[in-house]
Amino acid sequence: MSVITIERKILEKNDEVAGQNRDIFLRHGIFAINIVSSPGSGKTSLLERTLTHLKKKLEVAVIEGDVQTDLDAQRISALGVPAVQIVTKGGCHLEASLVKEALASVDLSGVQLLIIENVGNLVCPANYDLGEAVKVVVASVTEGDDKPLKYPTMFRNASVMVINKVDLLPYVTCKIDVLKRNALSVNPSLKVFETSCVTNAGIAEWCDWLQKNASKE
Amino acid sequence: MHELSIVQNILEMVREHLPSEASRHLKSVRIRVGDGAGVVKDSLEFCFNAVISETPMQGAVLEIEPVPFVVKCNSCGKTSANESGVFLCLFCGGNDVIMVSGNELHVTAIELFDEKELMV
Repeated sequence: MSVITIERKILEKNDEVAGQNRDIFLRHGIFAINIVSSPGSGKTSLLERTLTHLKKKLEVAVIEGDVQTDLDAQRISALGVPAVQIVTKGGCHLEASLVKEALASVDLSGVQLLIIENVGNLVCPANYDLGEAVKVVVASVTEGDDKPLKYPTMFRNASVMVINKVDLLPYVTCKIDVLKRNALSVNPSLKVFETSCVTNAGIAEWCDWLQKNASKE
Repeated sequence: MHELSIVQNILEMVREHLPSEASRHLKSVRIRVGDGAGVVKDSLEFCFNAVISETPMQGAVLEIEPVPFVVKCNSCGKTSANESGVFLCLFCGGNDVIMVSGNELHVTAIELFDEKELMV
């Protein structure tokens, strides 16, 4: 019997390609964000509001990840913003190599902000760096205020949390203060925004933050 | 269920260290998995066995060494391990903590059968 010592990170290949993506973003001066959440939290609606608000102020491009269909890319393209759809065909998360392939079909010249919408899933995407500058986790008030405690890895790895659907607060048992407290207990440095895609509450603040960061790159 | 993707990454790494003609010599793959890495041990084993079945590697064992979730408190300076993976100091209750371990996802080694062992 013999033993061969390896000692390598299992996801080193993904990390390597994520680093290549990061170099591409740096070269083009692009602020890239990776939006993650459970299915149905309103990621695509938030994107639509964000793009409507920002498209005249910033050059934005979008990469959409879904298990099936290009419905989301159609919604984004309808707003006149370039969007590429990645269909994972069952895959529960985006990997850096899928994003790298998608980048090849985006005209990156002039793009200031790249928004990557990950597959709706609060577990698997946490392990996969895509090369983004910031991971944004969306939590909607209809999901309850205990989500950050149940899925700590994702909330820990994110730098920003958007609490969405705040217009529904009067109708749900979720307490926004408890949701925030739970999220901050997992990640004390989390930056928090509160939005509604129905009333547009908080969209301006969220977009100002994006614009400020995208203009810096 | 990203465990399948993780298993594929593991086997790709194994193949880099093991010439294909020696695949049948693979006895075990040792990996280190942190309790806070978001990976399910049973799923990993299930996927590993499924992927190597009916290949020369069939029968190889995935040996998983768990690494506890440990945080160090910036306020009181103590380290604490907690199974629930909460980012809190178990001594002072503070949340200004850094993760010391628990995020690991590494292939550490592979173990091979000698030709002699395979003959038996």
